[in-house]
Amino acid sequence: MSYALANNKSAGKSKDRSKEQAPESIQAPTNRAPVLSDSIMVSNNERMASRLSAFVKSKQTHGIAVGTLSLCAGILLWHLATLYNFNFFINFENIPSPLKVADAFIDHLAKPVFYTHIFVSIRRILIAYGMAVLLGVLIGLAVGRSRLARAAVLPYIEVVRPIPAVAWIPLAILMWPTEESSIIYITFLGALFPIILNTIHGVEQTPEVMIRAALSLGANKLQVFWHVVLPAALPSIATGLAIGMGVSWFSLLAGEIISGQYGIGYFTWDAYSLINYPDIVVGMLVIGGLGTLSTYLIKVITRPALRWKELQR
Amino acid sequence: MQKHHQDSKTRGHVCIDSVGVSFGQGSDRNIAVHETSLDIKPGEFVCMLGPSGCGKSTLLNCVAGYVKPTMGKVLLDDKAISGPGPDRGMVFQQYSLLPWKTVLENIAIGPRLAGHSAAECHSIARTFLAMIGLSKMEKRYPGELSGGMQQRVGIARALANYPSVLLMDEPFGALDAQTRLMMQESLLEIWSEFGTTVLFVTHDVDEAIFLADRILIMSASPGTVIADLKVDLERPRRSEMATAELFISLKRNCLKYIRAESMKAFEQRECEE
Repeated sequence: MSYALANNKSAGKSKDRSKEQAPESIQAPTNRAPVLSDSIMVSNNERMASRLSAFVKSKQTHGIAVGTLSLCAGILLWHLATLYNFNFFINFENIPSPLKVADAFIDHLAKPVFYTHIFVSIRRILIAYGMAVLLGVLIGLAVGRSRLARAAVLPYIEVVRPIPAVAWIPLAILMWPTEESSIIYITFLGALFPIILNTIHGVEQTPEVMIRAALSLGANKLQVFWHVVLPAALPSIATGLAIGMGVSWFSLLAGEIISGQYGIGYFTWDAYSLINYPDIVVGMLVIGGLGTLSTYLIKVITRPALRWKELQR
Repeated sequence: MQKHHQDSKTRGHVCIDSVGVSFGQGSDRNIAVHETSLDIKPGEFVCMLGPSGCGKSTLLNCVAGYVKPTMGKVLLDDKAISGPGPDRGMVFQQYSLLPWKTVLENIAIGPRLAGHSAAECHSIARTFLAMIGLSKMEKRYPGELSGGMQQRVGIARALANYPSVLLMDEPFGALDAQTRLMMQESLLEIWSEFGTTVLFVTHDVDEAIFLADRILIMSASPGTVIADLKVDLERPRRSEMATAELFISLKRNCLKYIRAESMKAFEQRECEE
């Protein structure tokens, strides 16, 4: 039985695949009890093979393969461009090669201060993003549902939204008591607007007929909001949360120009002022990697709330 | 359910008292429903039949409470209607199920909003789910269901509140012809069990005759009731009745009114352009 369990688990990723296999794996041990270990070996091998071929054939795998190849090709081109000092309009003469960057990265992995940089940045993101989610969703819901809130808040959103994070640096330093709070403020602003705008959009998309249905089932305004408007807006809010996470990393880098000590953005700027080119690229790639990872996490976290959407035909 | 059968003899008296509805102001003023008075008996199945844009849905929405009449009032069991409420179950043409709730949860919304416990809500919802023959679907989401199934769930959801009146706004309009026939039959089955008053809006003459005790034909503009026909076909209705003499003569009668109205509406539109 434990064998069947393990097998199901390993097939777990795709639902229908595990369904297909369930009866087989239960039968196998009972049918060929005397040569149990043998039969497991055989069926496991067969299964591995069929799974492998299914894996290779699946569209998702195809996409991953192409993506990986494309990335490798990009790194190869970068390597060749630095190797032959490519210089035609774009100049690669002073650009560190991928190998040098990898060396620098591995060096940093051994230094505790590198982790401090990353930790400090992640903490800033968590605080700023958390506040942006809370405020952004609340403001978005209010603006989406109330004409008064819309008239009062929308002009601010329109005017403040196009201002880039870097432009906020002087004012942020003047306004906030500590460097830390200035950086968090700038990061917060970056995440705030995509979340507000997508929440508004989601609320506005709520089908009128569903609101009417809820009303005639006995819902009051608050219940309509809770049972209809909020869930209807969730897919759009989730999009806003993912975009907001990306933009917050973007703004964090601008904010960390202020900082004199830690943060992955500071690390990158510091490398620039020390003319340490490989470290600049290390910093850039770490930001890119963390941004991608955190956006992916947001998508994974919000997915259960959107399950009903995937089932629609 | 037995109890409600008793109730239905006394509950569900709809009185539309000189109701008029107009939208817009001044020169843009558009009269959707001209002064109309109607009296619908408890347990009666009434179809409102008319060309599109004749204000039949607007009149229904007055009973539902979504539209406030510009003049007159609507009474349900002698109480004036001031807004939407659970005493009037609504079934829409578009699918109005909440797609993020399972089928069971959708049917349970009404009882839940009425303050029943979760266990009670589920047991009520399961009763109705069994009635519409979709017990196996309770954990599915609306998006996984066919159009006909979704509408059946919509009817069950409206009935789960044990409303005095069931208001249906072209509920089968978006379904294909075969499914529509099936839905009409199962609606009549459900209705015979509950005996709720039904106000059913349609532009399909056959549908109106097949379902109704009484057909109200509405004119295009101004929107008002121009004919009130009694349908004396025996119940239970069967699809073969569509060829019965009475059915055909009723149909001829309805079509005569409707054709005249459609022509009038068409000519008016031509003139305006």
